[in-house]
Amino acid sequence: MVRVGALDRKILRDAWHIRGQILACALVVAGGINSFVSLSSVNRTLAASQAAFYESNRFADVFAGAVRAPEPVARALADLPGVAALETRINVRVNLDVPGLAEPARGRLVSLPRERAGGLNALHLSRGRMPAPLSQDEVLASEAFALANRLEPGDAIRAVMNGHYQRLVVVGVAISPEFIYALGPGQLVPDNRRYGVLWMDRKGLEKAYDMEGAFNDVVARVGPGASIPAVLDGMDRVLAPWGGVGAYDREDQLSHRFLSDEIAQNATMARVTPTIFLAVGAFLLYTILTRLVQMQRAQVGLLKAFGYSGAELALHYLKLALIISLAGAALGVASGLPFAHHMLALYAEYYFFPMSPGGETARVSLAGVALAVASAALGAVPAALRAARLPPAESMRPEAPPRFHAGALERWGLRRALGPAGRMLVRHLVRRPLRFAANVGGIAVAVSLLVMMTAMLDGVRYLMDWQFNVVQRDDLQVVLAEPRSRAALDEFRALRGVLEAEPVRLVPARLRHGHHMKRGVLYGLDADPNLRRVVGENGRAWPLPEEGVLLTAIFARRLGVEAGDTLDVEVMEGRRPRAGLLVTGIVDEPIGYAAYASRATVNRLMGEGDVLTGAWLRVDAAERERLFATLKAMPQVAGANLRDASWEQFRAMIDRSVGIMITVNLLFAWIIAFGLVYNGARIALSERGYELATLRVLGFTQREAAGLLLGEQAVVTAAGLPAGLALGLALTLYFVWMLTTQLWRMPLVLTGANLVGAMAAVAFAAAASGGAVAWRLRHLDLVGALKARE
Amino acid sequence: MTAVPSPARATPADREPVFRMRDVSKVYHVGDVEVVALREVSLELYAGEFVVLLGPSGSGKSTLLNLLGGLDTPTRGEVDYRDHALSEGGEERLTRFRREHVGFVFQFYNLIPSLTAAENVALVTEIAGSPLDPREALDLVGLAERADHFPAQLSGGEQQRVAIARAVAKRPDVLLCDEPTGALDVETGRRVLEVLDRVNRELGTITAVITHNASIAAMGDRVIRMSSGRIVGIESNAARLPASELAW
Ligand SMILES: Nc1ncnc2c1ncn2[C@@H]1O[C@H](COP(=O)(O)OP(=O)(O)OP(=O)(O)O)[C@@H](O)[C@H]1O
Ligand SMILES: [Mg+2]
Repeated sequence: MVRVGALDRKILRDAWHIRGQILACALVVAGGINSFVSLSSVNRTLAASQAAFYESNRFADVFAGAVRAPEPVARALADLPGVAALETRINVRVNLDVPGLAEPARGRLVSLPRERAGGLNALHLSRGRMPAPLSQDEVLASEAFALANRLEPGDAIRAVMNGHYQRLVVVGVAISPEFIYALGPGQLVPDNRRYGVLWMDRKGLEKAYDMEGAFNDVVARVGPGASIPAVLDGMDRVLAPWGGVGAYDREDQLSHRFLSDEIAQNATMARVTPTIFLAVGAFLLYTILTRLVQMQRAQVGLLKAFGYSGAELALHYLKLALIISLAGAALGVASGLPFAHHMLALYAEYYFFPMSPGGETARVSLAGVALAVASAALGAVPAALRAARLPPAESMRPEAPPRFHAGALERWGLRRALGPAGRMLVRHLVRRPLRFAANVGGIAVAVSLLVMMTAMLDGVRYLMDWQFNVVQRDDLQVVLAEPRSRAALDEFRALRGVLEAEPVRLVPARLRHGHHMKRGVLYGLDADPNLRRVVGENGRAWPLPEEGVLLTAIFARRLGVEAGDTLDVEVMEGRRPRAGLLVTGIVDEPIGYAAYASRATVNRLMGEGDVLTGAWLRVDAAERERLFATLKAMPQVAGANLRDASWEQFRAMIDRSVGIMITVNLLFAWIIAFGLVYNGARIALSERGYELATLRVLGFTQREAAGLLLGEQAVVTAAGLPAGLALGLALTLYFVWMLTTQLWRMPLVLTGANLVGAMAAVAFAAAASGGAVAWRLRHLDLVGALKARE
Repeated sequence: MTAVPSPARATPADREPVFRMRDVSKVYHVGDVEVVALREVSLELYAGEFVVLLGPSGSGKSTLLNLLGGLDTPTRGEVDYRDHALSEGGEERLTRFRREHVGFVFQFYNLIPSLTAAENVALVTEIAGSPLDPREALDLVGLAERADHFPAQLSGGEQQRVAIARAVAKRPDVLLCDEPTGALDVETGRRVLEVLDRVNRELGTITAVITHNASIAAMGDRVIRMSSGRIVGIESNAARLPASELAW
């Protein structure tokens, strides 16, 4: 025991001696554990909370709508093979007039299950009470909507229901697994102030919409092992006579889609980022310990001569690795948990469901510690084995002098180009090619992390700019409650303050090609639109074809369609016409499943006249408020999206969520760059301190000696920066691919500012750490260099 | 015994000293313990002379040499090189002094392992004012043909000769050698001393050699004996013996 004690004291003193390097390594490990703990615990919390909420509140598997189906049809639906539970509902769009909001808000009004307890998509009441049975004026408001509009139980709002104004009293506030993420039509980011979900008693709603004894919406859960496509087919068949608009599963359910995509993206980040860090940390630890063992050859030999076993000595060095990894893990967990908490709080502003970390944080923290130790072992074990394997007699003699030789490089004339200092540098690098490569790789990783994160931010900004400045050039989007004739457009044009109005005919549709099928939106636009254009990634506006459709690239890929193919288009509205349409072009649009045709084509497809479902308006800023008031009073208007409001929402979300990610990653990349260069320079100083002291004796200035010492790090950094750009491009492509969801395609945006900035940031970190090491040259023992060999 | 007259044969009294140490003390503090390495030592060195420093281990020889070479500053007293006050120089001034005027030869050669013989020499000539050509310097120590060899490919004696070539290549005013033959066998040691002797005669460089080998004393103009941090005796040799004739 005493023996072990003395050895332990030795390793603690060794650790103190190289504390700078140990700190650098521990910080890199901490970065890895921080990202692991924060991202993983957020990810697991989201995934577990989602699963738990879906299960406890019985989130439906299948959704279908119809125009109006008599209640007995429900029996036929429930009898479909595979359907385990089924519920019919009334689900309608409403126009809302919220106190304190100038423009009209939009929403959904959904009926509560007849049997209040145990329905599908069960509500979780967070405040107030359920509406009284048969009540026609009591509603529950979605938590998101209530929060954004400061609605409390007892507050009243007004709704345009079936063409009539109705005063509704909010009696309670609830959340539902169906509307965790509530996105109004045409919105890119939830605008909970202007879009909300309300629930009402079934009977009350039936009365208001003349739907007694009927339903227009179905949700169902399937039994274990049931075929969802078969169930969807069956529902379509049963509902077809009643104006069925097509059944769909969770894949196409908006709230589920967004939350699941978010969780999947999150999981990617939680895998990739910690891996990068821990790999760098393991490398640092390997170099630190290898050097320590090398310096302590004689000590190792002596201890072996005293009778210590190889295993004891290996363990001795492993303890240092353990100290580093535990310190890193402690720091990583301690900083990661608050960060996770912060991220979850952010999610809670957009996703409304009970998020409880449960045992996840404890489990993830433990896993983080284990991960830190395991990755440290990866770097430390090979180094410790070296100590274990040193033959005692040999190790007490100084190490054979390193052999250098003039390599092929020099024969090609490098000799003439470089002075002695340059040649020293080249030969040192060439002698340890693996170490050189690993160091270059590390710097490259630091650069690439920055490039990737900035590219993601730039990508989102590009999307935003693309959507709000290139595609959408309107001030206000008006959505009609139901299709109207051309007269409606003329009415808008006639409104005071409207400068320009452009009609649109929107229909939900199923597009089929071969055995592929996907739901999307078919836009019927003016032939040469100005306010809402179809623009490819290169910024080119596409003219709309007389016949046929343009498809977004995501849509085309999903369906396996190319320009020139014919698509089977099934409209999910009205009489559900079906027709073949020629694909005249693929638009490289980054957002969504959309098909664009001329409005005439859509009108023809629908077998209707000159009909529209909405319009984009350009308005006179001075008349804006008045115009909103007017629009609010128009019963045919279902709602409006303000471009400015959407833009604002979008920007706020990006700044707050992506902003911290960038800051954190900047910090991480700095830690990696600093750690690598500092460690590299310290090891060079330790290996060549004797040499540098000799040069100082020979009359080299401190600056010249520092130049020799840091030259190697400078070359490593200089090689790592461009390599980092290449790696950054690869990493960005990977993330673009991973983060591309069904609804978005992350664009690849690499700006010069990004590339230069990433390199500058890492170069700066490298210079700072190099400077910190050069400072130590002041304490070089010149007289000592004369006295003895290393 | 053939005594060879030295070019610097002149009595110290009628010439200006190049180095002048006055009442120099050097005290090292190791924890609470004071180690007095030099006690009020005074010494003058003259142009072109070859001095040999003798004395038991720990007597302060290296300390004295380091003060002369501007590697260290005295605790008390003054060290002057011509009109430079080495005892007052800051780190930068001392570096410039070493760079411009001093050549060092170490017991363990201290060659840069990643540079060839010629490059080790070039390392110094590149920062010197009017140096010898590296090849010329190697020629002086008889190693012209080994110019492109790395230190690991040379014997100890050859490495020491490269170190001497490196030290003299910048035409220093003073060559300071701390036990240059300490790690070498008799024959090799003799060759190294021959080289030092030759450099001193041909270039007129002041040469100070520390040794534990009393027989080397015969090749110097003066022999300085030290003990316990003091100079206990200075002898002048009437004639210098060539290294080849030293009774080892
Ligand atoms: N850096 C130092 N710290 C403390 N004491 C020192 C230091 N350098 C030298 N000394 C002490 O100063 C005294 C003189 O040392 P110096 O190296 O000059 O002796 P030396 O005559 O060269 O000996 P040797 O023949 O063994 O090389 C010794 O007692 C030594 O222990
Ligand atoms: Mg000595």
